[in-house]
Amino acid sequence: MPKTIKIQDHILVPKHVLLTKEEAQALFSKYNITPSQMPMISAKDPAIKELNAEVGDVIKVLRNSQTEKDAVFFRIVKAD
Amino acid sequence: MAANDYKFKEVDKIIFGMISPQEVEKSSAVKVVTAELYDKEGYPVDGGLMDIRLGVIDPGLRCKTCGSKLKECIGHFGHIEVARPVVHVSYAGKVYEILKATCRECNRILVDEETASKYRTLHGRFKKERNFEYLRKLAKLAIGKAKLAKKCPHCNAKQITIKVEKPTTFMEGDKRISPIEVRARLAKIQEKDLELLGFDPVQARPEWMILTLLPIPPVTMRPSITLETGERSEDDLTHKLGDIVRINQRLFENINAGAPEIIVEDLWDLLQYHVTTYFDNTIAQVPPARHRSGQALKTLTERIKSKEGRFRHNLAGKRVNFAARTVISPDPKIEFNEVGIPQSVAMELTVPEKVTEWNKEWLLSLVKNGPKEYPGANYVIAPDGKKRKITKETQEQLLLEIKEGYIVERQLHDGDIALFNRQPSLHRMSIMCHKIKVLPGRSFRLNPSVCNPYNADFDGDEMNLHIPQTEEARAEAEILMQVQTQIMSPKNGYNVIGCVEDSVTGNYLLSKKLTISREDAVELLTSMGIFDAKFDKEMVKGSELFSRLFPEDFFFYGTAKQKDEAGVETFLTIKKGKIISGYIDDSSIGENNGELIREFYRKYGQDRTLVLLGNLFKLGIKVLAKYGFTTSIADTDIPEEAIEKIDELIANAYKDVDALVKEYEAGRLEELPGKTRRETLEVKSLEILNKIRNKVGNLAAQYADENTPTIIMARSGAKGNILNFTQMSACVGQQALGGQRIQRGYKNRTLSLFKQGDLGPIAHGFVRSSFKKGLTPVEFFFHAMTGRDALMDTALRTPKSGYLYRRLANALQDLKIEYDGTVRNARKGIVQFKYGDDGIDVSKSEGGKISVKKAIIDVVGQ
Repeated sequence: MPKTIKIQDHILVPKHVLLTKEEAQALFSKYNITPSQMPMISAKDPAIKELNAEVGDVIKVLRNSQTEKDAVFFRIVKAD
Repeated sequence: MAANDYKFKEVDKIIFGMISPQEVEKSSAVKVVTAELYDKEGYPVDGGLMDIRLGVIDPGLRCKTCGSKLKECIGHFGHIEVARPVVHVSYAGKVYEILKATCRECNRILVDEETASKYRTLHGRFKKERNFEYLRKLAKLAIGKAKLAKKCPHCNAKQITIKVEKPTTFMEGDKRISPIEVRARLAKIQEKDLELLGFDPVQARPEWMILTLLPIPPVTMRPSITLETGERSEDDLTHKLGDIVRINQRLFENINAGAPEIIVEDLWDLLQYHVTTYFDNTIAQVPPARHRSGQALKTLTERIKSKEGRFRHNLAGKRVNFAARTVISPDPKIEFNEVGIPQSVAMELTVPEKVTEWNKEWLLSLVKNGPKEYPGANYVIAPDGKKRKITKETQEQLLLEIKEGYIVERQLHDGDIALFNRQPSLHRMSIMCHKIKVLPGRSFRLNPSVCNPYNADFDGDEMNLHIPQTEEARAEAEILMQVQTQIMSPKNGYNVIGCVEDSVTGNYLLSKKLTISREDAVELLTSMGIFDAKFDKEMVKGSELFSRLFPEDFFFYGTAKQKDEAGVETFLTIKKGKIISGYIDDSSIGENNGELIREFYRKYGQDRTLVLLGNLFKLGIKVLAKYGFTTSIADTDIPEEAIEKIDELIANAYKDVDALVKEYEAGRLEELPGKTRRETLEVKSLEILNKIRNKVGNLAAQYADENTPTIIMARSGAKGNILNFTQMSACVGQQALGGQRIQRGYKNRTLSLFKQGDLGPIAHGFVRSSFKKGLTPVEFFFHAMTGRDALMDTALRTPKSGYLYRRLANALQDLKIEYDGTVRNARKGIVQFKYGDDGIDVSKSEGGKISVKKAIIDVVGQ
């Protein structure tokens, strides 16, 4: 049986976190944007497979950065 | 028409659709029925292509439609009724798609009702949301699905595969569908199906893609030219339209006369050809329509398309007045923010100057000089806006007439503001503001230090000069675009302007080696405009002069390792404006990452930095001019001892390679992972031979005389490096093609003078000789091979990377950092939540990073 690996555990995959609806709403109001103005991520993206994210959810991506502790990025889940 | 007669309206919305035959007829002023253009008197024929109801292009005539004269009448469309419908080439692809997606019998879309209604609801939703992207995708999906149907789900009719015979003939099986038939099918498609096919039936009915009425553009967009001989030469479009009308008339006549179907069809195809080439004369399958001279006609599509088309040539690319262009050449004696212009240019370009109480006398003197004598003036504008050229005849009158409130367009003089530009304008430093300096000669002169931001050199480069004409434009140029405002590059926070070439060498020598007499010191400082220099010693150390350039509160700690005269490692240190240790070189005052310049800019700002740079530059070249500096071949002499050592090194390397070859031939060479034995040999021998050049280089550098100009230039960073020195003095080294030793040539050998299978260094491009000693013919040949390869590479890469950059710049052009720190595109969609994901303003950083060390020093003190 092939060993299954969690893609999230790989060091080169940045951490993906699911935001709650309230957090997402706060994000939208912080930047004064509508969901259509957000960067997108496919619902089928392997990195968010285990998050049970639905279309319209917001994912926080924490990337490594040479110049900052964590480079924070947000993406909205998009139907594919 | 005066300005206040204009009516301003706001654009509420734009609808894109297709033009219907009804609309063509409605907006038509003339029905064109004859291919004749002019009658015997040369007067436009009624119902011809130059009918004066289509607009006027002759002075004196009046338009019959609107009654206006030339230039006032913008022209009116006409139309032709084509005898048989023809396909519009540009829509042929769409027509094909629709034909395939609809039933040949009942003309319904070829998807079953269930799927169709599903699509219909989606369509309704997307339309309400104005989600055009998804609407487009939906239509694509529906068409894609319908295309595949073999049988109509509505009437069960069997579908026959439709093919196009490019560009405009449709075949069903092996029967041709005539445009009449095509049009009839398209006309019968229901509106509810059209929506699914991506049509908005109100704005675009599919049958409009088959032309029955052809609009004739107004004569104003196809004016005829009268040649000197009095002969008229018509526009390409008129020629083409003439062909269409002629064939159309013949087709009409033949149909009416009841000619055989073959003749009618031939004419019909000919008409189709003419209409096709009228729209687009560059279709691959269609031979382009030509002039009698054999030159292809430029029809509608070619007018709009590509670089010479309406968009890129006329709309995006504008030509302007008050501009000049000529070859550039260097002048190290002018300031960085000056530009030398020829007097002939200064006399042609003008600046409008309002006459006031205070400048009246001066301006009058300019008017008196007129356009032919240098400082003069070319035009006078009266307060009523009348512009008059100053000539011998008008001069006296103007001199009497000019009073306050008049505007004199005077010629340029020193100190005027100009914008200077070199293409390609890839970054903002490609257009900078300079002050005019009128000089003799015929070229633009610029200080060699500003070559870097423009990426200019003097091998024949040309540059453009623009003269701002209003006070606002001049102020903006001076405050935002002057050279000193552009010292720091926004791409990485390094300086794009610094000292170059001789000035670096001069400063290096002065700060490191020279001790000069008091008189000389005073003279050097005087050359920079410092007149109050005092020294109480007979002999002055060169480094002491710099204290007159730096302010007394200037502290600087260089980070580049240096070696002083005694060979001890130091850093350039400046305390209270005095050089304490180290010396000035390329890493402190050079272009890009000149630390000292950056530090000075941070503390004292752009204007003082420019003054400092100018002074350093002048000082540097003055030092070289005064004490002399010449490179010679003797610089590359190295002692006998060094030569022996180098010989030994190379001999050893040869031995190593030979040993490798022997091992290989004996089959004992162990393969590197993923490589064959032969490849392993190549990799290993290349490695040995490449290494040898470094070893030889180190040795040569070690024995080189540090006081020769060649080495001084290399050490100061002004020009050249130690590798160049090695190649000149000791050994040129291995020549490589595509990361390998030279392999190509004859069978199993590179040149016919080698034995087949020779794997030694010399047979594969190792150049043992130095440039000074001279290359052997074989070495020379191999060197020429790599030289040609490098030349080809750059020649091919430059346009490629240029186009890549152009595409990138166009794609990113409207990204902008908003006040909330996000990067957004034109529709305010977020691209980055923080610029660069870290929010650093790179133009204020050092290579994109923030130096914490410097920040601490700033806060805590030294």
